[in-house]
Parts: sequence; C-alpha cells; structure tokens
Amino acid sequence: MLDNNQLLRFTTAGSVDDGKSTLIGRLLYDSKSIFEDQLESIENTSKQKGHEGVDLALFTDGLRDEREQGITIDVAYRYFTTPKRKFIIADTPGHIQYTRNMVTGASTANAALILVDARHGVIEQTRRHAFIASLLQIPHIIVCVNKMDLVDFSEEAYNNVLSQFEEFSSKLLVKDVRFIPMSALLGDNVVNRSENMSWYQGAPLLHTLETMHISSDVNKVDARFPVQTVLRPQREGFIDYRGYAGRIASGVFRRGDEVTVMPSGFTSKIKTIDFDTKELDEAFAPMSVSITLEDDIDISRGDMLVRSNNKPEPSQDVEVMLCWLNNTASKPRAKYSVFHTSNQQKAMIKDIVYKIDINTLQRKEDDGELKMNEIAKVKIRTTKPLMIDSYRENRTTGSIILVDDATNETVAAGMVV
Amino acid sequence: MSKYYLNYLDELESEAIFVLREVWAQFQNPVILFSGGKDSIVVTHLAKKAFYPSKIPFSLMHVDTGHNFPETIQFRDDLIKELGANLIVGSVQESIDEGRVAEEKGKNATRNALQITTLLDAIEANKVDCAIGGGRRDEEKARAKERFFSHRDDFGQWDPKNQRPELWNIFNGKYFEGEHFRAFPISNWTEMDVWNYIKRENLAIPSLYFAHEREVVWRQNSWIPNSEFLVLEDHEEVVTKKIRFRTLGDITITGGIESDADTLEKIADEVSTMRQTERGNRSDDKRSESAMEDRKRQGYF
Repeated sequence: MLDNNQLLRFTTAGSVDDGKSTLIGRLLYDSKSIFEDQLESIENTSKQKGHEGVDLALFTDGLRDEREQGITIDVAYRYFTTPKRKFIIADTPGHIQYTRNMVTGASTANAALILVDARHGVIEQTRRHAFIASLLQIPHIIVCVNKMDLVDFSEEAYNNVLSQFEEFSSKLLVKDVRFIPMSALLGDNVVNRSENMSWYQGAPLLHTLETMHISSDVNKVDARFPVQTVLRPQREGFIDYRGYAGRIASGVFRRGDEVTVMPSGFTSKIKTIDFDTKELDEAFAPMSVSITLEDDIDISRGDMLVRSNNKPEPSQDVEVMLCWLNNTASKPRAKYSVFHTSNQQKAMIKDIVYKIDINTLQRKEDDGELKMNEIAKVKIRTTKPLMIDSYRENRTTGSIILVDDATNETVAAGMVV
Repeated sequence: MSKYYLNYLDELESEAIFVLREVWAQFQNPVILFSGGKDSIVVTHLAKKAFYPSKIPFSLMHVDTGHNFPETIQFRDDLIKELGANLIVGSVQESIDEGRVAEEKGKNATRNALQITTLLDAIEANKVDCAIGGGRRDEEKARAKERFFSHRDDFGQWDPKNQRPELWNIFNGKYFEGEHFRAFPISNWTEMDVWNYIKRENLAIPSLYFAHEREVVWRQNSWIPNSEFLVLEDHEEVVTKKIRFRTLGDITITGGIESDADTLEKIADEVSTMRQTERGNRSDDKRSESAMEDRKRQGYF
C-alpha cells in the first residue's frame, strides 16, 4: 500500500429491500476483501436457508437479534482496502425508527451511498435519506440505482430515477451528486464494469470511490484548535513546558502565527507545534498535536486557539437544526448539558422555531416537544458562550450534542445554522 | 510540507490519540487493559505519543489467567519498567481460589470466560471508571458495533441494542456511580493497519509473533502449543513445527500458523496475503455464532 493513500469514510442508506446488504457484500467480495473462513461460514448459512448460490447479504449480519429478525439494528463498521485507498463503511439501518443511527453514520462520512430500487424509483425513504445526507453536509452523494437486472438494464428506467431525484434534490444543499446504474446481485458496475449497460459511460462504484477528490472535504481555511487537555510534565528537561494538546478541527497553524485564545480574548504567538518528540513547522486538520505559546496565559480544556484575524462567533444564543435521538421526548424549556468540541456547558431549549416533516420536507406545526427521530430548527441558550461556526462551513466547530443529566444519555445532535 | 492531507495511517493515529486524550480529560481513573498482545502494545505506544513529554498517565491493567505464554509476562514486565508505569494485575487464579468462579470442565475447558469476573472485580476494586482496550471493529461482528466510548452498566454489562449514539468526534463519557466505560482508540484499525504501524514505528513485540520452532498439537484446524495445561487425547500427537501466532490469548486457546515470517517486514507481507481471519485460530470464538456477543454482553473485553 502506498504511503500517501487516503482514508475515505462512507455511509450506506437504504433498506434490506433495496439490496443494501447485497451491495456491501458484493463490494467486499469483488474487491477480494473477504476471508475464506468468512466465505465458508456464509456458504453454510446460505445452504441451511435453502438459498441458491451464496447470499452475499449475509456478510453484513451482526448481532443475534439482527440475524433472527433479518434487519440491521445498529450502525456496523466494515473495512476494506484497495491499492488506492482504505475505506470505512458505516453500514446504517434504513428503517424509519432507526433514523438516529443513520444520522450517526452520516456524521463522519465523506460520502453517502443512497440506494434506489430501479423498479420503484424515488420513494419517500429515498427522500428521507437524501435529506439527512444534506442536513449532515456529507460532501459527496452517490445514488446507486440498483436492481437494473430486474428492469432489463433499461436506460429509460435509469433516466426516470435520475429526473425524479433531480426534481426534489434541487431543494437540498448537496455539492456533489453522482448516479450509477448497477446490479449488486450480479455485480454489474459495482467493482467491475457492466457488460449489460453499454449506454452508461461513467465509472463503476469502486472506481468512483477510489478516485473522488476528498482532500478538500476538511476545512483548511479557518484555523481552529479546541484544547483537550494541558500537558505539564514537570520533569527534568521540561520543567516549564506547558503544551496545549488537541486535534486541529480545521485550518492550518504555523510556528510564529499570532493566535487568540477564545473565549478570554488574550493573544500570543505560537512558539512550537509538537508531536511526540518532533517539532513541526506547521500542522493542519485533522492532526493531533500539542501547541506551546510565547506567553503564559491561563488556558484550559474547553478553550479554543484560533488565528487572530479569523475568529469564530462566541455566542450564548445558538440556532441549530436538531435531530432528536432519544425515546424520551424533549420537555419545553428543559435543561441539558451541551457538548461542543471539548467545551461543556449547560443549555436550555428556548424555542422550537419549526419542525420538518422528513417525508415531505415541508415544515410542520410545532407541538411543543421533540420526539425520537424528529428534526427541528430550535433556539438554545447556553450558560457561557460557545465558539461556534456554521455547520455548513465547519462540521467540527458547527456541531453539538445534548446530554440529559437525568440519564446521562445523548439525546440530540445539532448543526449550527 | 506541501500537501494538506494525511495518509490513512497518520489519520488513524491522530484519531486514536484524540480518543486517548478525551479519555484522560473526561475520566477520573482510566487504565489501559494490557494483554501483551499487539493491539494493546499499539494502544500503549499511542498513549505514550499522545502525552509526550509527560509520562504515560494511565496504569496498565493485566488480567492474568495463569495460563500465559511465559514470553508475554516477560514482555509485559520489561515494558512496564521502560514506561515507568504502574501495573495492576487481576488474577483469575485468585478468583478461583476465592470461589468467585469455578474452572470449566470438559475437554476444551479454558479460563477464557472466567476472565470476565476477574476483570470486573479488578475494575471495581481499583475504582476504574474507564478501561481502554485494543479492540478493533474488524475483528468480529459484535465488535463491529462498538462505540469509541462504550457504556457499561453497574453490572459491567454491554447493551448493544441501546447504545448511546456517537456523532462526529464528540464523546459522551458521563456515568453514574458504579458504572464504567470501555474506550477503544483503535476501533477503526484493521489487522493490516496494526502491522503496518508496528513496522513503521518499529515497535517491540513479543517473540511469539515471529516464526519459531515449537512443540504443537493439531486441534480444531490450528496448531495449539504444547504446555503443562494441555491434556492430550488419544489420537493427538505432539510435533515440532515452525510456527508463529497471529493473536495472543491464553496458551490453551491460541492456535499458531505455520510460517517462516521472522521479521516485521515478512509478517506484514504475510498478513497482506492471508485468506483466513485472524480470530479463525481462536477456539474461544468458535463455540457458537454469537460467542463474542454473549461474552461482551456480560462484560468481556
């Protein structure tokens, strides 16, 4: 494997009926990422179940309940490598009651595969998946028009799906959408080019994933460094060392840069950027480093170093698109802990501006509370300022979660508007 | 530096260091679960890098089944000395002596499942609120569902159907008295990534990973090392083979593979052409379809 190979994370949305498990199985199988003992095990299960041939969908079987019910309950992560890239698949369930898992899988993805059954075209569920992908600002969307074998590999059927998708997706904020006609069952256009669809000039799925440009998916413009912890070794050779440890959320930092500490507003200059025993001239997102400054300033976890000429907006009143993830609905004016980068504060949901019906993408009447899987624009008020950017510009400094102090559960995910 | 993107190994390293620093910041008394295997060696090395020039801030906790490879224990003690770290040992033998658990009976009896009680007892006795493990999602289908920060209730149990959602890189490590967390910094690494990293960082690993001559017995499709704990069956025969181990567990359950790979370079090459999963030689996983899930629910690593 080459040293400069990148990591691409993608998520898959679609139900069992769309052939999602088969697609993942096909991708792993044709890219030779499946081991012999895994293959043997699913060959046996296929036989027991009376399937003809090997049921590739069985590769993605997970927990016992899932095997019994034939559905996916939770996000499962799968890995494969080609000579060009390493891939992480967040395999998420497509059923409506598991929207929260789809949001989870989408939150770190570079790309989303949205499966559409060529026979049925764009259905409600497709719209829901595309909406969540756009809400989570996944940079690349690949619409996999699957089961082409069941529509005689017809170009017309494919074009119908395209125009249906274009029609509603014009309302969504997605930067890069591609369409690929395929048959996961037979392997057409997954890893290998289809011989049944000569009218399709584009690349198969794997080649698309291997070559799409992802270096720009991380914001390299706005320098943001949330401090996770302070390193004070207090041992020989490092008596006065005071390093701020963290992972660069976005942008580039260089030695000598003038930086401002948020929220205190003090400024200083970067003395060193350290990683392990090495000193670096510069560092960029998503590198984990520790930074030392020329001046002694009181800095602790939750603070953020930024470049002085480009600062985020410190704010106690934040508008977010909130996705509710918990069985217990939100209570009006209820208080929660809010987590934003390494910063934790208390927060209150002040107002639900509107809710979105994720099936029709229309706004709907607010009934005062947020239930599991609902998405709404809300106003929250925090006890101290958060150093926020808009989610559209910065997925790290533009995202929050809410935690219920009564249960300690993560109840909501928010994207700063 | 001209490019502003990381290669996959640097990105995985940065992610793991981020997780380790979150653990340190969010918990009072975190430890690294150290088995002497390659994954926990990588996690320990990452922790060293994450906090340099400070000393590694975690104690290392070893659950000792008493059925160890002697090489593993030697390696553990050397590493502890080098790091200047604190070692906590939870002993399965003590759990047996105290009547907390009973030895398994039958021909494939192991102390594998017994470790759960010892581990949970050690976590409680040492007031550990987060145990950092080298578990990886590519190892096994139940592990494929793990979070970076994984909640355990006050019985130490994992509830895979009711996990806290984990979004972006925001980790929620809040817990109530008596509960604890498991953290998995190298969740996203594969076996290949681990070997490429060990090679790149030139990490010391136990000699057992390198091809060597050893007395072994063919059982359940792999070469089980001969030891004082092994009870031979009539048809079985002890032979000497050149083997190495892909994973290290109890000496009674860890099967070796025939190999000539005696350098890190050769091991990485060999792993890249492997056609069997690494846990295929672990009889603890072969007991049933959901062997790992069942043990994890009860509090296993």
